[in-house]
Amino acid sequence: MRFALVGQPNCGKSTLFNQVAGYKAATGNFSGTTVTFTETKVHVLGKVIELVDLPGTYSLLGTNPAERVVLDYLVSNEVDAIINVVDATHLAQGLTLTLELLELKRPLVLAVNMMDEAARQGIHIDGQALGQMLQIPVLPIIATKGQGVRVVFSTAYNIAKDHIDAKRQTYSSELEEQIAHIQQLIASVRLPVGGEALALKLLEGDPALTEQVGRQVAGIEYEIQRSVDTLCHITGRQAMWLVSKERHDLALAICAKVFKRTDQRPGLRERLDDYLLHPFFGYVFLVAILFLFFWSVNKIGGVIETPLVQFSDYLDTRLLTALAGKNLLAQILSGALQGFMGGLSIVLPYLVPFLIGLGLLEDVGYLPRIAFLMDSLMHRMGLHGKAVVPFILGYGCNVTSIMSARIMEEKRDRFLSALLSSMVPCSARMAIIFGLAAYYLGPAYGVGIYFLNIVVIALTGRVISHFLPDDSPGLILEMPVYRFPTLRTVTAKAWLRIREFIVEAWPLLIVGSIILAVMNYFHLSQITDVIFRPVTWLLDLPSQVGTPLIFGILRKELSLIMLGQALGSMDFSQVLSKVQMLSYTIFVVFYIPCLATLIAIRKELGTKSMLAITGITFLVAVITALAVRMVAAPLLV
Amino acid sequence: MTILDAKNDTWLRIIGFHGGRGMARNFMQLGFLPGNTARILRMAPFHGPLLVEVDGREIVIGRSIAGKIIVEELA
Repeated sequence: MRFALVGQPNCGKSTLFNQVAGYKAATGNFSGTTVTFTETKVHVLGKVIELVDLPGTYSLLGTNPAERVVLDYLVSNEVDAIINVVDATHLAQGLTLTLELLELKRPLVLAVNMMDEAARQGIHIDGQALGQMLQIPVLPIIATKGQGVRVVFSTAYNIAKDHIDAKRQTYSSELEEQIAHIQQLIASVRLPVGGEALALKLLEGDPALTEQVGRQVAGIEYEIQRSVDTLCHITGRQAMWLVSKERHDLALAICAKVFKRTDQRPGLRERLDDYLLHPFFGYVFLVAILFLFFWSVNKIGGVIETPLVQFSDYLDTRLLTALAGKNLLAQILSGALQGFMGGLSIVLPYLVPFLIGLGLLEDVGYLPRIAFLMDSLMHRMGLHGKAVVPFILGYGCNVTSIMSARIMEEKRDRFLSALLSSMVPCSARMAIIFGLAAYYLGPAYGVGIYFLNIVVIALTGRVISHFLPDDSPGLILEMPVYRFPTLRTVTAKAWLRIREFIVEAWPLLIVGSIILAVMNYFHLSQITDVIFRPVTWLLDLPSQVGTPLIFGILRKELSLIMLGQALGSMDFSQVLSKVQMLSYTIFVVFYIPCLATLIAIRKELGTKSMLAITGITFLVAVITALAVRMVAAPLLV
Repeated sequence: MTILDAKNDTWLRIIGFHGGRGMARNFMQLGFLPGNTARILRMAPFHGPLLVEVDGREIVIGRSIAGKIIVEELA
C-alpha cells in the first residue's frame, strides 16, 4: 500500500516526512520525467506502507512539470491514500488545495499541522466541524515533534483499505451547470483523472489535459470555449479565475466557521524582520550571519582535522615501514588508508557542521530573506532573487542546486542559474578551501576565496547575460514566518546528505586513491598528468597535480585526497608553496563541475548546455587562478 | 494604478493583471486573486523587490511583476 503526502510549500510536509523517514529515505523519479520524489517505508498497524513525499504545490493545475506529475500521480493506481498537510496558521490558503484534492475523489486525510504554532498565535481550530463539512478525517498534528503523526497514518490506512473516497464540494449553480455539460461531452474519454475533476481542469484551461482530451473528442475546444464564454457572460469573470475564486471563497467560508483567533499580540518574531530586512542593518546582519556560519564551520573542522591528519600520516608511515618499502601491496594499502583517512579527517569534520548550519538557516526561514535582500544584486548578474535559492543550496551540493533551478520559469534563467550555481563551492570544495587554503594560509584566505568566488560569479553572470537577453518575469516567492528549528529535523536532513557522502563518495575516494597508488607504482600517472600539463604549467603547479585534477571531475574531494597522495604527503606545506596552494584551490573551486552535477545539468537542460557549462567554467577557472597567481606571487613568499 | 504606484502600508484591492495566462496562474496560486486585498509591507533597497501582504500571506515580488498587478486604493 502506498500513501502520498501533498501540501503547499512551507506547510511542514517534508518535516512530517523526515520525522517518520529518519535516515531511511530514498529518492526516485516519476517515470519518464526528471521530477523527483522522496520515498520511505513506514510501519502502520503492523503493515509496511510506502510513503511518498511529493513536491510542494499550490494547486494541481499543470503550470510547471512538477505540478503536472503530482496530479497524474495522485489519480494513478499507485497511490492508495492521499495525506494532505495544511498549515494551521494559514488554514484558508491551505484549504484551497484541499478542495481541489477533494475533486479527485480519492481516499483523503487532512493533517492540520503546526498546532503548537497556532496555539501560540491564539488560534483555535474546530477540527470536528471541519471534518464534518469536508466529509474526510481531519487530524491535528505537530510535525516537528511527531505528535499526532501515528494517528494520521493509521487513519489513512483504514480509509485506503475500505476504499472510502472523498466527496467534492458543490460550487455555484452556474459553474456546476457547465461542469455537468462538459462532463457529458467527455463521457467517452478514458483518463485517470475522473469526469468532474477533468471537466473543471478543462474549464480552468489546463493546456496538457485540453490537448489530451482534444485528441479523443473532436471539437471539444470549441465547446469548452462556449462554456467559458457563458460563464464570463453570467459572472463577468474568466472561468480560470472563477474556479479559483470559488475554491478560495469556499475555503474562506469554511474557515470562518472553524477558525477562531482569540488574541493577537505582535511578538518578537513579527518585529524581527524590521531588523533582518532593514535597508541597511539587514545587510549588516546578512554579512554577520554568513560570516559567523563559515567561521564556525572552519573553527570546528580545524580542531578535528589537525589531530586526525597527524594520526593519518603516522599510520601511513608505520604501514610503509612495516611492509618495508616499495612493493605493490604496500602502495595499495597505503592508498586505501589515505582515501579512508582523507574522508574522515578532511571532509567529514567540515561537512557535518556545515550541513547542520545550512539546515538551521533553512528551517528558521532565513533563505527567502536572503532572496529578498539580494534580488537587486542578482539582477546585476542577469538573474532575479529566486536564483538565490539554487545558489545557497549550491554551498551544500551543486546537484541539488541544479535541480532547484527548476523553480525558474524561463529556460534562459535556468541555464544561467545552473551555470552560475555550479561555480558555487559545494561542501566537497569547501573541504578543499578549508582543508588546504584556510588551514595552511589562515582563515582570512578561506573567507577571501568565498568572497572572490562571489565576485567572479557575478562577473561571469554579467558577461554571459550580455549574450542572453533577459525576458524573465521576475521574482515571486512566498516569505514564510520565522520558525524555531528542531534538532531532529535539522539532523535528519543533514544525515541524508552525510549518508550520501559515506555511501557514495567515500568508497569512490578510497577506490580512487588505490587506483592512483597503482598508477603511481607503474608510473602511469605521468601520462595522465600530461593532459592537464598546459594548466599546471600556466599556474606553476607541480605536474603531478594533473591526475588529481582529472579525478576531481569524478568527485571534488578526490582533488584534495589524491593531491596528498600524488605529492607524497598529507602535510601540504612540505610539498607546495603558498602561492601554489592558493592557485590550486582557486582552480579547483571553479573548474568543470563534478560528474554528478554534469549529469544533472544534462538531464535538466540538455547536452549542449552541459558542454557549454563545462567549457565556460574551465575557462573561468584558468583565468581566475592565473590572475590570483600573478597578484599573489609577490605578496606570498 | 499598479502596486508599484502604491505607498507602504496602504490597503489595496486587486482588480486585475497585465500579461498572459501563465503569468496569471502564478499570481493566482499565491493568493493574488481579483477582489483580494493587499498592502506593501516593505521594499528592498537598490530598486529591489517588494514584500506584499496578500490573503494573509507574505509574498516577495520583483518590481517588474508588481507593475503587472492592477490595484485600487481602499478608502
